[in-house]
Amino acid sequence: MNELEDLYREIILDHYRSPRNRGELPVPPAHRVEGFNPLCGDEIVIFLDVRDGAVHDLRITGRGCSISQSSASMMSAAVKGRPVGEVRDLVRSFKSMMAIEESPGDDGSAPEGSDRAPVDPGTLGELGALQGVVKFPVRIKCATLAWNALVQGLDEIEEGVDDA
Amino acid sequence: MAAVTSVLDVGALKKDFPLLSRGNGDHPLVYLDSAASAQLPQAVLDAMDVYYATTHANVHRGVYAIAEEATRQLEAARLRLGRFIGAPDPQREIVFTKNATEAINLVAFAWGRQNLGAGDVVVLSEVEHHANLVPWLMLQSELGFAIRYLPLGGDFHLDLSGIDRLVAGAKLVGVTAVSNVLGTVVDLDPIVTAAHAAGALVLVDGAQLAPHRHVDVGGSGIDFFALTGHKMLGPTGIGALWGRAELLDAMPPFLGGGEMIRDVRFDGFTPNELPWKFEAGTPPIAEAIGLGAAVGYLETVGIDAVAAHETALVDYALRRLTDAYDEIRIFGPAPDPVRRSGVISFAFGEVHPHDIAQVLDQYGICVRAGHHCAKPLMRVLGVPATTRASLYLYNDEADIDALVDGLATVRKLFS
Repeated sequence: MNELEDLYREIILDHYRSPRNRGELPVPPAHRVEGFNPLCGDEIVIFLDVRDGAVHDLRITGRGCSISQSSASMMSAAVKGRPVGEVRDLVRSFKSMMAIEESPGDDGSAPEGSDRAPVDPGTLGELGALQGVVKFPVRIKCATLAWNALVQGLDEIEEGVDDA
Repeated sequence: MAAVTSVLDVGALKKDFPLLSRGNGDHPLVYLDSAASAQLPQAVLDAMDVYYATTHANVHRGVYAIAEEATRQLEAARLRLGRFIGAPDPQREIVFTKNATEAINLVAFAWGRQNLGAGDVVVLSEVEHHANLVPWLMLQSELGFAIRYLPLGGDFHLDLSGIDRLVAGAKLVGVTAVSNVLGTVVDLDPIVTAAHAAGALVLVDGAQLAPHRHVDVGGSGIDFFALTGHKMLGPTGIGALWGRAELLDAMPPFLGGGEMIRDVRFDGFTPNELPWKFEAGTPPIAEAIGLGAAVGYLETVGIDAVAAHETALVDYALRRLTDAYDEIRIFGPAPDPVRRSGVISFAFGEVHPHDIAQVLDQYGICVRAGHHCAKPLMRVLGVPATTRASLYLYNDEADIDALVDGLATVRKLFS
């Protein structure tokens, strides 16, 4: 079952069974953003507390498949405490690992240069475990769900979108 | 566990289906997703290939020999399908469509637009496929009629105890014959009786019925019946609407273009007679012929034998699944030869259907994970998605055993 082992690595199952940073944060000061995968019903809600240009705290709720939930958990651990700029870089690296081409300016940043080196999954820490997902294209949407919601949340905070 | 004594020689049948002989490299294909789409026997593939290679021409207009022959074959397929489902007047009452969804849209936008308005009522059910829900929702926002829903009962059958109240004032009752999620075979007789007593027509979504059970639209009292070819061993791209001739006669056309006209002037047109009034443009000729061949295949195997085989097999499957796994939860009625089909939706502990389907895929087992185009039903069931295995004439105990064994790996990985 090599292919299955590629997809469901121990670290992924660990994050699925014991997801990190579960719960909610008071809104405001935190910002609430939702992500949804209509194909299979994966849901994610992220509570983002950005202060002084860094992700001061975040919490995640939601339910869905092991890939979507473990990716969200790993994401939360990877971005907590980091400056927003670094977080956006991390999102780009992760999506690049997921073999997703970003068009320039997707997140308001400089266009992708053709001289950008391919991402070494080893530099992404635990997140590298999700590389196996690339062999199962239908599941890529599951893996990126939380990341897309995160970026949307950061964009909304920057644009001053109110929390109703 | 007693072996299933089958009326069908599935081992021989499987050889008729070329795709079932393929594996996924390591494992033979265990195809348990016929509710989504069925496999095609060689006879159907041959019928379409032979048509294209020897007979293809546009229909209903050519004078030359192959055009006449193509027309003859298309109309023969229409008659064959009509007789298969018990249509009193197949030549006028069988309208070829792209699929069951288009057939239902035809009723909604040809019959519905003409007959429904604010103050009218359409009755559907809580278990409908989006095909028999969304067109009515679309039409509702246009015309303003009310929609009521026959509720699902605790036993996974429709709760008809309040049906007289629900259909009071209704102009149409639309209901599925077999739920593509639950495997519930709906008892149509009391629905037809109540609907007609209230003055309402009955539209039946037969997509999951026609492939598996004997159908007699003429004797059933219903008014419209939708079916799709690719769920009954035919190709994709072909389906049919059966409608009572007098109803179809009174309806305006649905799609406009060639074929569905008798005369066209710059200031207007005259529609064609039935059934071509509702068949605009060149029909899917090869596909219709393929569907005719599929009907022929089912007639040879015997639809009652298919039904008996599935009843025995789903009984075996439900027993094996519930014996093997405490954590399995079946969404569907108890085994019953009349009231339950070979569709099995289940939850497996807390494991997400996506993950279940992924693991089973490694063993060549094809099941479906998701909402099965029945999101309102998922809300009623209280789950975002289920895993669904569905049986057909080419499935056997070995397929069920493989499914049960595959779930052991799911349990190992995720518990």
